[in-house]
This record gives sequence, C-alpha cells and structure tokens, in this order.
Amino acid sequence: MSDSVNPILAADGTPLKKKLGQALFRSRVQAFGLVVPLLAFVIVSFIVPIVVLLWQGIHDSRYAELMPGSTLALSKWDGITEPTEEMYSALVADLIEARKQKTIGKVATRVNRELSGTRSLFTSTARRAARLAAPYKDALVEVNVAWGEIETWQAMKVASRVYTPGYLLAALDFSLSADGTVTRKPENRRIHIKLFLRTLEISVVVTVACLFLGYPIAYLLSSLPLRTSNILLILVLLPFWTSLLVRTTSWIAMLQAQGVMNDLFVAFGITGDDDRFSLIYNKTGTLIAMTHILLPFMILPLYSVMKAIPPSYVRAAKSMGATDWTAFWRVYFPQSVPGIGAGVLLVFILAIGYYITPALVGGQDGQMISNIIDFHMRKSLNWNLAAAIGLVLLVIILALFWIYDRIVGIDNLKLG
Amino acid sequence: MKRDSLLLGIAATALIAGAAHSGSITAVSWGGAYTKSQVEGYHKPWTAATGHVVVSEDYNGGLAEVKSQVEAGNVTWDIVDLEMSDAVRGCDEGLFETIDPGILPAGADGMAAEDDFINGAITECAVANIVWSTIFAYDNSVLTDGPETIADFFDLEKFSGKRGLRKGPKATLELALAADGVSADQIYEVLGTPEGVDRAFAKLDSIKDQVIWREAGSQPPQLLADGEVVMTTAYNGRIFNAVAAEDKPFTIVWDSQIFDTDLWAIPVGAPNRDLALEFLVFSTAIEQLAAQASYISYGPARKSSMPLVGSFHSKPDLMMGPHMPTAPENFATAIANDFEFWADNQDELNERFNAWLAS
Repeated sequence: MSDSVNPILAADGTPLKKKLGQALFRSRVQAFGLVVPLLAFVIVSFIVPIVVLLWQGIHDSRYAELMPGSTLALSKWDGITEPTEEMYSALVADLIEARKQKTIGKVATRVNRELSGTRSLFTSTARRAARLAAPYKDALVEVNVAWGEIETWQAMKVASRVYTPGYLLAALDFSLSADGTVTRKPENRRIHIKLFLRTLEISVVVTVACLFLGYPIAYLLSSLPLRTSNILLILVLLPFWTSLLVRTTSWIAMLQAQGVMNDLFVAFGITGDDDRFSLIYNKTGTLIAMTHILLPFMILPLYSVMKAIPPSYVRAAKSMGATDWTAFWRVYFPQSVPGIGAGVLLVFILAIGYYITPALVGGQDGQMISNIIDFHMRKSLNWNLAAAIGLVLLVIILALFWIYDRIVGIDNLKLG
Repeated sequence: MKRDSLLLGIAATALIAGAAHSGSITAVSWGGAYTKSQVEGYHKPWTAATGHVVVSEDYNGGLAEVKSQVEAGNVTWDIVDLEMSDAVRGCDEGLFETIDPGILPAGADGMAAEDDFINGAITECAVANIVWSTIFAYDNSVLTDGPETIADFFDLEKFSGKRGLRKGPKATLELALAADGVSADQIYEVLGTPEGVDRAFAKLDSIKDQVIWREAGSQPPQLLADGEVVMTTAYNGRIFNAVAAEDKPFTIVWDSQIFDTDLWAIPVGAPNRDLALEFLVFSTAIEQLAAQASYISYGPARKSSMPLVGSFHSKPDLMMGPHMPTAPENFATAIANDFEFWADNQDELNERFNAWLAS
C-alpha cells in the first residue's frame, strides 16, 4: 500500500522533489547574494535618506522636546479662551531651561514660522526669564505686551504639535490655526500651487519640444548608413558628455541681451539695437536651455527603437500603394511608439525635478518648484517645509506615472 | 580638489616654514576679491608667524552648510565668515562656539578690545572683521550723466534700462522705501508695519519688469560689464575692485547705502577649534584688519585700524580711505542693517517676496 505513494528517489536516496527544491533554493540564495550589495546600497543611500527627509514634512518635535512643560500646558488649552496662569508659569520654567541649554534659538525659530516677530520675543524674554517672579502672567506681559496677546499662544500651540499637517498644508498654500481649522493663505503669500502648475507647464512644453526636435533627428540617424550616422551620433552625444553647468552658462552667453543671438538679430535688422529680445532670465531662457539639455534623453531611446524597425516594412507598404505619409503614419510610426514612450517619460521625469538650469537662467518667471525646495533647504533652513513640498511633488509624479501607465502602458516602453 | 589643495598647502608650508609641528585649519569665506583680501591680510601673515596653514574654502553665505555639518556631527570647517544676521541666528541655535571677548588683543594705547571694536561688532559667538555695504553702481561710459540718488535707481523715465537687484527681500525692501522718501532712521519702523511692506512692494512693482535678479555677489560687476544692466546693487568692495584692479568704468552711488558687518565664528565641533580661535584672535588684530583693507574697500571693524589704512596694494596713489563705507562723505544717508528685524520677519517677508516674484 505504501509502495504506491513512494516518491521517485535521487541517487543518494532523498526524494527527487526535495532535491530539486534544495537546488532551486541554493541558486536563489546565490542570486540574492549577488544582488545584496546593490540592494543594501540602494536602501542605505537612497531609500533611508528619502524616508528620513520626507518624514520631517509631517513630524516636527522641536518645540515639544525643548519646551516640555509648556507643551503639556498648551495641549490642555482649547486655543480660544484666555491663557491660564499655569501656562505662563510652565512657559517661564521652559524658557529658563532653554536659555541654559542654548536651545532657545531653535524654539524661537520654530514659533516664528507660525507668527512673524516672535523670534526676538522668545530670545529676549528668555534672557530675563530667570529673574521673573510669580504671578508669571503679569511678569511676562510687563516684559513684552505680546505675551498677553492670544495670537502668540495660538502660534505656540500650533508649533507644539509633534505630528502636524501644517507643513503639508503650507506646501499647498493653506495655513493651520490653533483650533485645527484650515484656511487659505492671503493672496499675496500664495506661491506653491502657482509654482507646481508652472513646473508642470514647463515640463510638458520641454517634453513636447524635445519630441518634435528629437524625432526627425532620431529618424535621420537610424536611416543613414552606419558610418555617417555614427558621426552624427557623436554630435548628439558630445553635449551630453559636457557638464550641465558649462552648457547652461553657454546659453547665457548665447541668449543674453548683448549675446550672440541678439547680435545676429540686430545685424540682420530683425530688431533694433535698443530693443533687443529678452531671451534669458525668464521662462523663455528656461525652456530653451532645458530643451537643449534634455534633448539627448529623447533622441537616444528613439534612435535605438527606430534602429530595430526593419526598413522592409515601409517598402512593403509603399509597394502595395501606400503614399509616403500613409506608410509613415500607419506602418512606421506605430512601431516607434515604444521609443516615444520611453523618451517622453525620461524627459518629463527629469524636467519636473530640474533645478540648476532654472536657477541660473530662469530669472523671476522661469523658476520651478525645485527652486523653492532649494531655497528652503539652503536659505530659510525650513527643512520641514522643503520636505513637505518634496512629498507633494513625489505624490504628483507618482500620480502622473500611474496615469501614464494606464494610457501608454509601462510594458510598452523600450529603451533599446 | 579640497584634498589636493590641502596637500599642496601642507607641502608649501613644509617647504617655506620648515615647521615640524605645523597645524592646518579650514577657513570658509565668500570667495573672489574678498577671500583674496583675507588671504593677503590674515592667512599669509599667520602662516609666516606661526607656521600653521590656512586652507581656504568658498561658500555663498547662509547657515545651511554649518547646520548640516553640526547636526550630522561631521564638522569640517574650522572658522566661517558670516553676515551679522546669520551669526546671531546660528549662535541662538547653538551652532557656534561662544567667544570670550577678553582674549581679543587690545587696541592702540591699550584700549580694551570691547571699546576698540565698533558698536555691535563683538557678539556672543562671533567677532567682526569688516564693515561692508550694499550700494548701487552704474557704468559711467554708458550713463555719462549718471544717477545720484536711490530715487534715480527707481526712476525708469530718467534712466531707462535694466536694473540688477539681489533676489531676496533683504536690502531690496529697504532701498525701495528709501527711494519712496523714507528717511534712513525710519526705514525699519515703516517696514515693520503691513502698510510699510505694501508700500515697499508697490515701489518695487514700478520697476519689476526691468529687473534682473541675481544671487551671487560676483554677478553685479559682470552684469554691468556685459551691458546686461545699466545699474545694479552690489557689495561696495566688488565694484571697487573691478574699478581699481580691472580699470572698469564703474561709479558707486553711496546714497542710502545699507551697511552691515561680516564676522568670524567657529562652528561647534570644529576639528581644529583651538587653532581656529588662535587664528581668529590673530586676524582681528589692528594690523591685520588694516592690512586687509589695502586689498578691498571694506572698512576695518576696529577704530584703531582706521589710521593705519593705507593705499590700494598695487596702486600707491589710490588711497583707500575715501572708498570705505564709513568715510564721512559716503555715510550721510547710510542705513544700518537691522539684523533683529530680519531675524524676526524674514520667514514672512521671504514668502511674500517669493510670491510677489512668481506672480
């Protein structure tokens, strides 16, 4: 009876199925072993830093950590009624400690983001905090009347939240108030939505321009004899190998008011000497320079896909009576779509996060959202807001990627 | 790059001084003619006197690098040249070592260092070396009958053409108000009110489409030389150097200049903290500040250095005195930069400025 279910055995007596499983497992472990260094590298140098940074967009424990007493007192407060003496005395104790630990500047910077002018209020009050005596409310108001104003306390309450939607809201031009309501920022302080839209606009225009300029070039490259096309390909690759900064600054020399292009326009009488075109330090400059810099990313995938399209198909179409246009549009073009898909995606994704070129040639209306992220990283040091804007940008890109996948299909891409 | 220059520096000292126990510090400053003046005025004399080497690095101002170095616990800078607002802010945030003013060398006639430095030049964490100012300049070969007041800078009818301004609200808003008729001592009072801010932006609106916004301090002389702008705001030393060293036809307009100080500060956790402190004391001595002033037209931060200021290093008949921001004939309408105001209001005004630029 048991004989009938006996498995097939290998030479050493173990069941063949188990043996096969072991062999497969071993090869999987070996394969995984080869990938481990790359995986570890990607996690350590890419995923962890991104997560840590983006985390700051919703998490800010600075106030809560450095001012624990008043954080507790503020959490009990409803944000509308008169601040209590308990809150005032907790604040004074925190200020004394923060002054001693030299952390008062961090606290002041944090609250100042919510309400301008509170920075010096905190640092100057902290200097005198040790000499204050109860009742603390009167003592603090005597130091500075701002302590009697409810706005100051509301700003502190917002700042004391450890997990806060405040930065994400700020990235979308909204502000969070102490009682948790969300309002739009005043007209003259709204900037991010405008820049997100402009970033999308510039990226789309650059992508379309690259496609229209790159497609004929790629077609030419793929249809010429190898020797000629290799020489032309070097012309495409040469700028690609040149430093981004060099190319951008060259465009400044080309496009500025006293630059090569404008000199030519004046020489040919297209425009007057006093009426030169503004081709740089504006959106035009950003579009021109970015299109040029990103062009190879469109040409190369297009070229490699077109190279693989057999010319005999177009000849066959023509032999059956198709016009040049029909043969191109019905036979050749559909086969080049995977290259277009890859080129468009590559250029668009690179364009949406571009920042050096717009920073150098963008002037005032050629700036993109990444320039604001850079501004908050390097100048205002508001890394939380920078992270929140980055998070919004990431979500937008993922959403666009999803839409793209639904329309074009990500399997439909070909880089070569 | 950095390591190369470090090795070169070490090799050079070994050759020149032959010192066996020489150390090395990394001093970070703004680059260009300004760093050169520090190399000539401070670094070289210090190396000659002590055998220690100064490796020079450039940056574009701001606290971002110091903050990330200190917070990551990997500080590579030993001493940094900063604007006043950053020095105070960084000190409040615990990014810089506190400095005891008692270690600074006394002034002429044994005057205590605290009295010898100009008002506000010694802060809790930083010591000033120079007084610099934001002025505006024009090319006198283009505008022969040039602008004379800040109001002219905003007057497109009188002087047509592009203007260069720094991309940021600081100094820009002050100049707009000054051009709108606010007197120097009232500027920050007016700017502290919402109506004052509106007034400044309204004035800027009148020239907005004629402005080229720049970021780096090295850009204005270039923009002027290229003919990209007819006039531009700039740091006075940069324009002076273009005139004195490169014979450019630029003229500085001192009306409503905004003056400020630059200070040395030592990041917390600097690898060569003690040497850096030694260097700080050395470089803020009377002779060193005076020596630097013969390479760039920034005023020394010590009163007793003033009489020692001589002529431009390569032109013995070009006296530096009249080109300093603090020279009486330049100083009549000067505005003192209010770092407290900017520490308090920069977040809001930056936001408003960026939104204004983008609209």
